[in-house]
Amino acid sequence: MKQAKAAAKSATDTKSNPKQNLEVDTTQATVGNRFCENPKMSMRDVNVFYGDKQAIYDVSVDIAKNEVIAMIGPSGCGKSTFLRSLNRMNDTVDGCKVEGEVLLDGHNIYQQNLDVVELRARVGMVFQKPNPFPKSIFENIAYGPKIHGLADSRVDLDEIVEGSLKKAGLWEEVKERLHQPGTGLSGGQQQRLCIARAIAVSPEVILMDEPCSALDPIATARIEELIEELSQNFTIAIVTHSMQQAARVSHRTAYFHLGKLIEVNPTEQVFTMPEHQLTEAYITGRFG
Amino acid sequence: MSNSTDNLQKIKSSLKRRSRSESRFRWYGRVAIIIGLAAVLALFVDIISKGHGAFKATYIQVDIHYDGDRLGVTSSADKSQLMQANWDALVKSGLREKFSDVSGRRDKRQLYKLVSNGTGFDLKEHLVANPLLLGETESQWLLADDDIDTYYKSWLDGEPYDARLTKKQIQWIDQLHQQGDIRLQLNTNLLTRGDSREPEQAGIYGAVMGSLLTLLLTLMLSFPIGVAAAIYLEEFATKNKFTDFIEVNINNLAAVPSIIFGLLGLAVFINFFHVPRSVPIMGGLVLTLMTLPTIIITSRAAIKSVPPSIREAALGMGASRYQVVLHHVLPLALPGMLTGAIIGMAQALGETAPLLMIGMVAFIVDIPQGFTDPATVLPVQIFLWADSPERAFIEKTSAAIMVLLSFLLIMNISAVWLRKRLERRW
Ligand SMILES: Nc1ncnc2c1ncn2[C@@H]1O[C@H](COP(=O)(O)OP(=O)(O)O)[C@@H](O)[C@H]1O
Ligand SMILES: [Mg+2]
Repeated sequence: MKQAKAAAKSATDTKSNPKQNLEVDTTQATVGNRFCENPKMSMRDVNVFYGDKQAIYDVSVDIAKNEVIAMIGPSGCGKSTFLRSLNRMNDTVDGCKVEGEVLLDGHNIYQQNLDVVELRARVGMVFQKPNPFPKSIFENIAYGPKIHGLADSRVDLDEIVEGSLKKAGLWEEVKERLHQPGTGLSGGQQQRLCIARAIAVSPEVILMDEPCSALDPIATARIEELIEELSQNFTIAIVTHSMQQAARVSHRTAYFHLGKLIEVNPTEQVFTMPEHQLTEAYITGRFG
Repeated sequence: MSNSTDNLQKIKSSLKRRSRSESRFRWYGRVAIIIGLAAVLALFVDIISKGHGAFKATYIQVDIHYDGDRLGVTSSADKSQLMQANWDALVKSGLREKFSDVSGRRDKRQLYKLVSNGTGFDLKEHLVANPLLLGETESQWLLADDDIDTYYKSWLDGEPYDARLTKKQIQWIDQLHQQGDIRLQLNTNLLTRGDSREPEQAGIYGAVMGSLLTLLLTLMLSFPIGVAAAIYLEEFATKNKFTDFIEVNINNLAAVPSIIFGLLGLAVFINFFHVPRSVPIMGGLVLTLMTLPTIIITSRAAIKSVPPSIREAALGMGASRYQVVLHHVLPLALPGMLTGAIIGMAQALGETAPLLMIGMVAFIVDIPQGFTDPATVLPVQIFLWADSPERAFIEKTSAAIMVLLSFLLIMNISAVWLRKRLERRW
């Protein structure tokens, strides 16, 4: 009881939920540079629940335009949950409830009359396991433009497919076999196919949930290169369990711990001089 | 050191025991399969040995004189003349000519009984088809009566069954046999005619048509409804107490004895909605009730087997739930759904009990032409024939079972084929 009161008192600025009682020090707000000017997306006091169980506590953070933000943290800390709340993929999970504001260009994506179809065209997603449709490579890429009516003609569609595959660095490898099944590609190629599929609808933000965790080091390196190229045109939020990867591809890194956002700072700083002792403990390998 | 050799020793001795129990286990499996196969084989041998005879029928060769004066027919196009003509007289005079030594009314009556009593009608049809025959004489193979048929077949097999024939009749058959005027011929009636009180004229075409019409309706109703219900339950309904309740009920319905569905159909469709009884519509409705749970359950299983990652990918692209179902889930689940539907149809094809309750057990001679014509179905026809006292119906029953089994076989093979065909390997 005393503990809870203390938590509530010192947490007024973070508006943290006084009911929570974590074994970690919850009294502290997120440290570091979490806000920026003209953010592409900004999250305010986001809480996510699975039924009665809370998975994300009061997360507030901004994502700048064309930045790559990495989300790291021990497994089960809520990275995927948070990422999926950015394009309302959590809507598809029974019993999942999101509170707080998620703004895309200043508009709340959780407002009542918003159509998730449009939202997901603007905020695309690449999943942990490559999940091409059991259709041809061409059909995989063409699917998004087709359902959103982006191509006026077959020629248009061909152009979109070619352009997306080129941007995903897959064109040279598959141009001869566009009409063969996408599932016949190697794991790394499949993941690049999924990235090409996501960018075929020209989203503004791409969410990536551990996109390399199922890939070998060479395929991983290719995807990392790709992320760097894509960041010129897209805003990218990437969840990763590999700190090296975060260090290689991201501009800023967010560290999550037990559903709380502990620290957000430029990547270099996070890996050299972490501000929070939990972050330090994690990157020095004391837990993970 | 000694410890490790000890362990090796122990492992070695246990190996023998393990491999022995493994081979014993394999033998249990083999014995089980052998017993199963033997039972199936016994069933097939029994049915085929009893039923193969029905595909042949006994025919007797007689010279028929299409005597226009005697028939009172001047033109084979005149329907009323054809209607009134005494066709049986043609048959009788033909037979009398063949056995000119037969005299006395009783003997003659026995003689006329050699051929089926539907022969006159056949002759009329024959004349209508060949109008030039009027006034001519033609030697024709006439369908023998069922008692003659039974006797002749059993006599050919070396164990004559003569309980229903007179001495004279047996003698005549002998005589016909020596002259080569009696023989077994393909029985076209079996597959082209409806039911009849006379075994030699009875066919299963009516029942086959009844089954087809009933099944068609069952498929048209139960497949779309079942698939729609399965899709709704799997993809759209939120999981709560109510959907759990529905799920339990569907599973229970699948286990309800089929006769209950017959009673339900009787109470609801016939007594309340006044759907006519004995017609394929009625049968189709009842069988739909019966097959729906099967189709819903198999369709749900097929939908469940579509990887969630595909759904996620589509949703992530901004597809609506409806598009996810239409573009991704349905194409992948379709082979499973179709297999389920065919299994359900196969069940429905063999279903008898509920149809007895709704009057599809009536004796129907005419071939049903539509969903509202009185009809019976194959299994009920089997039931009816098995219940008939005439000995000739024994082989008919087995023949009908053979036809039913071959339909089932075709359905099961097509289920396997469809699955192979539609299942995508990527
Ligand atoms: N569908 C779900 N239903 C209930 N709890 C979930 C669900 N998904 C994730 N969780 C819980 O939410 C927490 C965060 O999970 P997740 O976001 O997947 O973590 P991470 O991606 O960081 O490993 C975990 O404790 C997990 O058990
Ligand atoms: Mg995760």
